[in-house]
Amino acid sequence: MMLDRTIIGILISAVAFVTVYAITPSLIKILTKRKMVVKDYNKEVATMVARPGGPSILVGILASELTLYAFFPSNEILAIVITTTLAFLVGFADDRKVLGGWFKPLALAASALPIILLGAYNPHLAFPLFGSVKIPELYLGLIIFIIPVMGNTINSIDVLNGVASGFMTIASFALTICLVIVHHYDIALASLPLGFVSLAFYKYHKVPSKIFPGDSGALTLGAMYGTLSVVGHVEIIAAIALLPAVINSFLFLSSVKRIIEHRQIKANPVVHTEDFKLMASTDKSAPVTLVRLILANGPLTEKQVGFVIFRLALFSAALAIITSFMMEIRI
Amino acid sequence: MKGTQIFFYIFVMWLLIIAGGGLVVSIIAHISIQGFGKLDNLIDSIIKAGIALVLVVIWILIMSKIKNWIFHKQISH
Repeated sequence: MMLDRTIIGILISAVAFVTVYAITPSLIKILTKRKMVVKDYNKEVATMVARPGGPSILVGILASELTLYAFFPSNEILAIVITTTLAFLVGFADDRKVLGGWFKPLALAASALPIILLGAYNPHLAFPLFGSVKIPELYLGLIIFIIPVMGNTINSIDVLNGVASGFMTIASFALTICLVIVHHYDIALASLPLGFVSLAFYKYHKVPSKIFPGDSGALTLGAMYGTLSVVGHVEIIAAIALLPAVINSFLFLSSVKRIIEHRQIKANPVVHTEDFKLMASTDKSAPVTLVRLILANGPLTEKQVGFVIFRLALFSAALAIITSFMMEIRI
Repeated sequence: MKGTQIFFYIFVMWLLIIAGGGLVVSIIAHISIQGFGKLDNLIDSIIKAGIALVLVVIWILIMSKIKNWIFHKQISH
């Protein structure tokens, strides 16, 4: 059985990686031909980048998860597939036509309903060291809450070339390791495609980006991550692995003091030096963000900022793995 | 190292999540409302949700204070 899982794991990882790796160049061509491009504001020379990359991310996820479903059919995999697809549709609609204020979070909350309808959850919230707490009705609210929050958290960190996909690669592989540590092997298997899809997409998203994930890409990655955390009963561990992105959202919200989209910001938190490095804005009305804090010690290139964020992601991933071991300990 | 304070902030956040988890388990897990018949589960959930929300608000306030303390220099710039 373990050997079967290993072989299937290798197969679906390959399907996820190869699918995204192979179809993204064609998607870039199609998007460029249709003039679905946006300006990359962090480049000295005016550069237009294809967007959104969500479709190739979704195809990679569907191809690999449906392959897994063919071998190990389960409601958990169905919940992952349906919720992720619905989140993609919300993001894609937002990519094509900017959606109104509360529509996006509400639509994302609705995307979480398949998890509930398929009964792919366990209403126990598990904490390290202290055990778990049964919260049947409250847990339904948590499911509805977790998908929009995780989706938007990943979306909010999609600020520089390669950051969202690179960050997700680290967080999802950490989540897979954590799922193995807590003995949820089937969900660990189902989580593999997320890491490999993110890794393949990173190839085209890294500096200098050839494609941006867009809302459809970021929400797809975030919603799948959130669904995995619910069906794998690792909600707290998953949140820990995302801490740098959580901090970014927290800093942003606590400085603007209301829920707004990044595109609505009037003062940019980051400006450019003469040699086009990134520098923290001195404008007091600009929101505090993770990137602005990283740049507080001095200007850095876009690539350098990305690597600082990846180091923070690795640190959080290590904390998440430590937390998984702590799940077995009771005080 | 670049962003040392952010690493520290993440670490503090992690400790607070673990401590918060302890509070949730020790407070919420022991609540069991009875005597309201069919409404037992509903009232039980409302009270648990209320306590959870209060804990979340306290957590956010603590994080906000710690954020101001750790990033005082950067934010004031």
